[in-house]
Amino acid sequence: MAEKIYSTKLQDTAERNVFVMFVMLLVLLSVGGLVEIVPLFYLDETMESSRHPEIVWQNEGKPISVANFKVGDSITWKPGDGVRPWTALELAGRDVYQREGCHLCHSQMIRPFRDEKERYGHYSLASESMYDHPFQWGSKRTGPDLARVGGKYSNEWHRQHLKAPRSVVPESVMPNYPWLFENTVDGNELKAHMKGLRMVGVPYTDADIAAASKVDGAREIDAVVAYLQALGTMVNFKDGVDYRE
Amino acid sequence: MEETKYDFDVVRWFTIMAVVYLVVGTLVGVYIASELAWPALNMDLAELTFGRLRPLHTNAVIFAFGGCALFATSFYAVQRTGNTSLWSPKMAWFTFWGWNLIIVAAVITLPLGITQSKEYAELEWPIDLAIAVVWLSWGFNFIMTIAKRKTSHIYVANWFFMGMFVMITYLHVVNSLAIPVGLFKSYSIFSGVQDAMIQWWWGHNAVGFYLTAGFLGIMYYFVPKQANRPVFSYRLSVLHFWALMFGYVWLGAHHLQYTALPDWTGSLGAAVSLAMIIPSWGGAINGMMTLSGAWDKLRTDYILRFLIMSLAFYAMSTFEGPVMSSKTVNALSHYTDWTIGHVHSGALGWVAMVAAGALYHLVEKLWNTRMYSARLVNFHFWTSTIGTVVYITAMWVSGIMQGLMWRDYDEFGTLTYTFAESVAAMHPYYAMRAIGGMIFWLGGAIMLYNVIMTVRQASAQRSTATARA
Repeated sequence: MAEKIYSTKLQDTAERNVFVMFVMLLVLLSVGGLVEIVPLFYLDETMESSRHPEIVWQNEGKPISVANFKVGDSITWKPGDGVRPWTALELAGRDVYQREGCHLCHSQMIRPFRDEKERYGHYSLASESMYDHPFQWGSKRTGPDLARVGGKYSNEWHRQHLKAPRSVVPESVMPNYPWLFENTVDGNELKAHMKGLRMVGVPYTDADIAAASKVDGAREIDAVVAYLQALGTMVNFKDGVDYRE
Repeated sequence: MEETKYDFDVVRWFTIMAVVYLVVGTLVGVYIASELAWPALNMDLAELTFGRLRPLHTNAVIFAFGGCALFATSFYAVQRTGNTSLWSPKMAWFTFWGWNLIIVAAVITLPLGITQSKEYAELEWPIDLAIAVVWLSWGFNFIMTIAKRKTSHIYVANWFFMGMFVMITYLHVVNSLAIPVGLFKSYSIFSGVQDAMIQWWWGHNAVGFYLTAGFLGIMYYFVPKQANRPVFSYRLSVLHFWALMFGYVWLGAHHLQYTALPDWTGSLGAAVSLAMIIPSWGGAINGMMTLSGAWDKLRTDYILRFLIMSLAFYAMSTFEGPVMSSKTVNALSHYTDWTIGHVHSGALGWVAMVAAGALYHLVEKLWNTRMYSARLVNFHFWTSTIGTVVYITAMWVSGIMQGLMWRDYDEFGTLTYTFAESVAAMHPYYAMRAIGGMIFWLGGAIMLYNVIMTVRQASAQRSTATARA
């Protein structure tokens, strides 16, 4: 290749001095990430709740108490009251969901298309996963989306489906999860998990965390079902409101 | 003589382990692919379920196989192009043992369900810390070796390895930021939409820098060496290097189009993705044209066949990628097997094949011999090529079919298919994919056999030579 060697002075310096090239790379490689990621933390439009505050539950220091898992005497949160942190039992279920890699075959992110709306429901909002550390949007639908699976099937259906998926959906390729019916939740571990989540910004009250001990000994299957039944039930979507531009 | 000048022992071991992990990683892949076709293979054992083994597959092929291949080739190329020995051979051994221990930890923890559940970054925080330390030990040693080189300019392959080092360090540190809540459990400090963006900034750049920039480094050393010709164009390599470094970082957002990620971010990612076809093809052209005037070598040099075929797959998947990131196509392809097919056209066709070519080259150089069987190299070449083509064809068909079935409406304006019907329709393609993977795996197993026989033969010859002397 009798090509003339083209080189700018800067390129030549970088090729002669490894530290110059190293610093050039340090700077250049940070740009894309900074531009795309940093604004997501401070641009208000990122979270729909900045324009529609009602989609996030304001606990005002009240512990979360829901119909399937009571902490106090009265139920403080009902489906549709807005996005709230996971209860102790649901979080235990979510831990199992993570452990089993459910997100590798099930997304939790409905896109704003007609077919997805009919199949799964209203498109997902960013605010809906604001307490999800880490996010569980998934990237693949070997099975259906689960973002709004809550309330679609009975608890009994879920138990049967997790024990032997093909007994209720013959076409399914999902594994059986018999061990969920034997394994139990460790209340102390769960407490530590909730404390950790509080440190990264999930607004758990002391009572919420204390409630973890009541979950101690619960079967994992009940925790998973509680989690699944809560998915997508938090926001009360109003007709005609466009939550995202 | 060579032995006194270069530190090749650690390179030899990384080379062998890369081949071992190629076989192991793809075997796990074949198994989980078969589970999707025949779910009874999950055997009701938690440790064998798809959800737990899939991260083991991805970690084994990307970090065990890919990592060992990168460490072997980079430690080799940096010494040869700099005409110098490693800055610290001891530190290189630390990298070797550290990396392999991390792999052992992954093999134990992932099937147990110990995971951060962020794709390709599943390993829990204590292992993440170990990865950071070992990774830095490689990068530091690599850069210091460049610094003590005896040549005036840094060779282009080393630019790419360095780019990979810087970016993977950024990505690993930021994406793995988590709050430990136990020895084997942590939660990402980010949540929801920010966590998603950071994850795919990591996810796409693990592909972009680890599996692309790093392997382009391999290409830039081993293609010219094996072809015995200089790189086609220096100017093209400068341009496409900086363009690739700058551009790739932006692509992650295209994984989140139409999700709850703000539209501007996804569109920005897609726009840069489209533009990325230029630097990507710059690299592919630069590699392929290196052979110009010597194409006849492909007839006789099986190792070169691997390298050139890999560039063909690279060009193909870097065309497919921008197409899939355009919004119209992404609306159909996202969440389907098409993505899996795309990944594997890159991973099997590009990464594994360029690595196989480089590793064969390395074995011949490091043990100063020829491969035990050239015919088996050729056989491996054809199993790799055919296996990859079968795999990606199956995934194209199943992916596009899924996308079309999900959005199909009948004459009454209702959804034509239930989700379960789309799952049933996938069965033949899942079986076909498993077979394609098996063919590919067979080639890897043959490579391992061939490499072991070559090494044994070389050491036998060496010992008889010593005896005679």
